[in-house]
Amino acid sequence: MTATAETTAGSRGSQPPVPDGAVTVTVKIRRFNPEFDDEPRWDSFDIPALPSDRVLNLLHYIKWYVDGTLTFRRSCAHGICGSDAMRINGVNRLACKVLLKDLLQKGDKQTTITIEPIKGLPVNKDLLVDMEPFFEAFRAVKPYLVTYGNEPTRERIQSVADRERFDDTTKCILCACCTTSCPVYWTEGSYFGPAAIVNAHRFIFDSRDEGAEERLDILNDIDGVWRCRTTFNCTDACPRGIQVTKAIQEVKRALLFKRV
Amino acid sequence: MSLALDKPRSPRRPAARRGNGELYSWLFMRLSGLLLVVLVLGHLFIMNILDGGVHKINFAFVAGRWSSPFWQFWDLAMLWLAQLHGGNGVRTVINDYARKDSTRFWLKMLLYVSIVLIVSLGTFVIFTFDPNISN
Repeated sequence: MTATAETTAGSRGSQPPVPDGAVTVTVKIRRFNPEFDDEPRWDSFDIPALPSDRVLNLLHYIKWYVDGTLTFRRSCAHGICGSDAMRINGVNRLACKVLLKDLLQKGDKQTTITIEPIKGLPVNKDLLVDMEPFFEAFRAVKPYLVTYGNEPTRERIQSVADRERFDDTTKCILCACCTTSCPVYWTEGSYFGPAAIVNAHRFIFDSRDEGAEERLDILNDIDGVWRCRTTFNCTDACPRGIQVTKAIQEVKRALLFKRV
Repeated sequence: MSLALDKPRSPRRPAARRGNGELYSWLFMRLSGLLLVVLVLGHLFIMNILDGGVHKINFAFVAGRWSSPFWQFWDLAMLWLAQLHGGNGVRTVINDYARKDSTRFWLKMLLYVSIVLIVSLGTFVIFTFDPNISN
């Protein structure tokens, strides 16, 4: 119960008893504290965990019982809010959707899990990145319904087929997994990135929306869809299973043939 | 107009430069790529595989080929398309991988100079080739 300034203590006191069936795994985290560090550093933690745990549970264990200074984002912890995107063993995933059993080494070999902040965005602290450039690109594509003329007195009707066209891209939760897995985004900071294009796609192909031309104009820019090199990292990274690269290609096609 | 209130808190991003430059560059890569498949594979077959392969190539063989406008045009098209296609690709790679603006600038200069040099030298040779030059 004693609160101390000790940096190595967890935020919830002593460690709980180790459950049956737990294995010890090494969690290697790329950390950065802007108050002390000039360069990011690697910290390793050996902690007990169950195969049914998610990576987020491991991070919680470290923060609560080992090192309370570990900083990361998470809100719902169930793959809905998209707060805990991070680079787990080199690929972008939501920490709350990756199960430990899928990362365990075969046999008795020690399992090491590396966790890094998502790439291409400025790191504020540990796994916490500044999402502002990401959201700036998102806002730039006008991700809201654009209509002109008088508002209809009843709801805007849409056929099932028309809805189907952009159904995939409505699933985006803006976790930034795709955008920060894109090699073009890593090096060329001004590229809009897959997530912004996905959200533009969601409205461009919506039959009720009238702003398709404005958005296509924006995405025809030098930082727009033509920078996409179809590496499919984004499609692989998306925790919602959105066919991101396909959506980008559909926007390219709409631009090429001037037809939505 | 209500444009000023569209996204009041978003940081300013420079306005989209209207124009289809990037689209045409992208389209050029696809079309030139298709053409190059035919041109380069055809070239490869004729020069290196058919009819005795690479051993048959000598001054007379080249002179014989370039006496026909068809092969002159073939080689010219291949030279220009390959240079522009490859140059555009390397430009993209430099844009992606150069970390410093100065590195990026000088690498691109090197690239452009080499493109101009090779394209003009090749074009010059194709058009001024003299089959009667004495060895």
